[in-house]
Amino acid sequence: MLTSIKTNEFAKSSSKQLAMMYFRVAIILFGAQLLMGLIAAIQFLVPGFLFELFDFSVARMVHINALVVWMLYAMIGSVYFMLEDETGVEGVGIGIGKLAFWVLTAAVTVVVLVFIFVQVGAGTEASIWFINEGREYLEAPRWADIGIVVVVLTFYWNVFATYMKGQKTGIMTVMVANLMALAGLYLAGMFFTDNISMDQFWWWWVIHLWVEATWEVFVGTLAAYALIKIINAKREIVEMWLWIEVLMLFGSGILGLGHHYFWIGTPEYWWEIGALFSALEPVPLVAMFVHVLYDWGKEQGAAHAEGKPGAVANNGPAIAWIVTNAFGNFLGAGVWGFFHTLPQVNIYTHGTQFTAAHGHLAFFGAYATILIGMMYMGVQYASGVKMLKSTFKSKMAIFLITFGVLGMTVALTIAGYEQVLIERAELGGGWQAFFTAQELPWYIQAQIWRTIMGVVTFVGFIYLVWDLVTIGKQAKTAEAAA
Amino acid sequence: MAKKNVSVWTSVPFWRRSAAWVTGFATILLIWLSFDTLGQISMGTDADLKNGVDKRVPGPTVINYHIDYKMSKKRGHEVPVIGEKQLFFGKEWSEKDAAALLRLGKLTEQAKNCMDCHTLLGNGAYYAPDLTKAWLDPAWQKGGPMQGMTGKNTVEEAMAEFLQHPSQYPTHARMMPNLGITAQEAKGLVAFLKHMSSIDTNGFPRNFSKTVDQFKAGGTNAH
Repeated sequence: MLTSIKTNEFAKSSSKQLAMMYFRVAIILFGAQLLMGLIAAIQFLVPGFLFELFDFSVARMVHINALVVWMLYAMIGSVYFMLEDETGVEGVGIGIGKLAFWVLTAAVTVVVLVFIFVQVGAGTEASIWFINEGREYLEAPRWADIGIVVVVLTFYWNVFATYMKGQKTGIMTVMVANLMALAGLYLAGMFFTDNISMDQFWWWWVIHLWVEATWEVFVGTLAAYALIKIINAKREIVEMWLWIEVLMLFGSGILGLGHHYFWIGTPEYWWEIGALFSALEPVPLVAMFVHVLYDWGKEQGAAHAEGKPGAVANNGPAIAWIVTNAFGNFLGAGVWGFFHTLPQVNIYTHGTQFTAAHGHLAFFGAYATILIGMMYMGVQYASGVKMLKSTFKSKMAIFLITFGVLGMTVALTIAGYEQVLIERAELGGGWQAFFTAQELPWYIQAQIWRTIMGVVTFVGFIYLVWDLVTIGKQAKTAEAAA
Repeated sequence: MAKKNVSVWTSVPFWRRSAAWVTGFATILLIWLSFDTLGQISMGTDADLKNGVDKRVPGPTVINYHIDYKMSKKRGHEVPVIGEKQLFFGKEWSEKDAAALLRLGKLTEQAKNCMDCHTLLGNGAYYAPDLTKAWLDPAWQKGGPMQGMTGKNTVEEAMAEFLQHPSQYPTHARMMPNLGITAQEAKGLVAFLKHMSSIDTNGFPRNFSKTVDQFKAGGTNAH
């Protein structure tokens, strides 16, 4: 992936070139996310590790920000990748899009360096503007927020102008509308208030309406595009499903926001609204899973009936990651989310490792998987092969990463159970209760397993990068020989 | 030209229209509820406190009052109870000074990145205790370990001392790092914590620190 882009004969699409640039930075940030996660995991077990040098708060901040940023990079890359295929015209203003890419990448580098080396500031507005905004996931200082808005506007203009010029498929219509909501929501996180309830109220507008509404619709759109490209699924069916998914995702996800308004000072009526709508959130995720497998089976069966043996999917690793996405989304976002979404349960689980367990599996299952799938589509394109078969490394990557994340999730769930029962239910959630629960062997054991599974995930990541860098060339050589 | 669909269930325009209607309806409902909520969580004033008007988020001068967290039979969970006047750092704060102090506290909370170890209102990271009701925690009250350790006689002074030199007062292997918090910033943070403890969080956390004494006594009711 890293070298192939320069040498490939298909590089005439500058939109796809730009997509590959975004993918490359995304995978580097993914690595940074995992490294920071390992540091933070070790600090749970060895509290003195890097104490007052590179504290948990710093490792955790970079861990979650690298996560969000690599996903946004891969998402933007995916849109640039599908743009010309869907609209049937050349991307508009991609040159400016490339400039925006470099501006964004420079800004991200500065933000990360400041996070790592400056870490914290004095209690002034200036710190919030230039060092760290201190709001989970949205730690990026205000100057960077504004920079991100400018870059995203450029990106959106590329997409919108191309859409207006070309054919308006269902997939692109959903994409253009959804991206506008996704970008606009970021603005809700860009102001200071001394009222912590107000702060959290708007903070959730960004976080929830991203990951439980607009990002999910984004994934539905990507899956629709990928199914058409990889298994040649029928557009009518895929797009009909996409509209059904939009209906169910937004129908449940928008008011599902209420499940974050149980305990932050907001009124009681959010208990009922949040419980009802968030309980419905898994429904579209089941539908998406069924849809992907159904379409795959149907196309495979049709190909066999026509006497075409062999796999119908033209990109082995990509379809494997997309199926993992369909299942992981349901399991991580759906099941693990439902576990603690009712207020009667959530009053005990809120703010425990339960949330961390859900966060790990949901971000991985719903987003990381499909974005990795898109990277494999990028590799296939860049190397110009008709068929990209899974290699040993592809299989090791998907197995180890999935197994590792599942293992971390189970370990954190056990840690969460222990915390819920001992810290919250038994001891009432105070300072003493917290430390008592953190020091019990059951909790520590779970944290050990989490760290081991984190290492497994990291080994899988190494296989993944190795595979992405080499698989294209390998497939090209094989195709030339055949 | 257009193919007539046999069934509405396989009609793309039907699902497209339905998606648009459902999304629009959900969005409008969310915006309407948000307006109501924003009114209810806007910060109260000094006059509200003086007149006993219950606000979900009281004004900054709530730092001049004693705060408790008690079971409400009617609501079925604990609620903050604002009681008698109580000096804060040895004085009563004017509306303007209290607001400035709270603002400093909130800015410091963000600049020092508290939320990437602690949770506030249950949101944040899970490496350190939840701070929602930290002001009311038995650990900081008279007879708790923190006043003795820091050599201070009030909750606010003990908290401020700890925040300025956290690694001088280790309680567990997992310690809070020194974040360069100044004396004034520490005061602000304590005001922020006291204010947060007065927010009506619908009973979160539940049974706050209720059984700590029992636990310290050996954690059992058996005799």
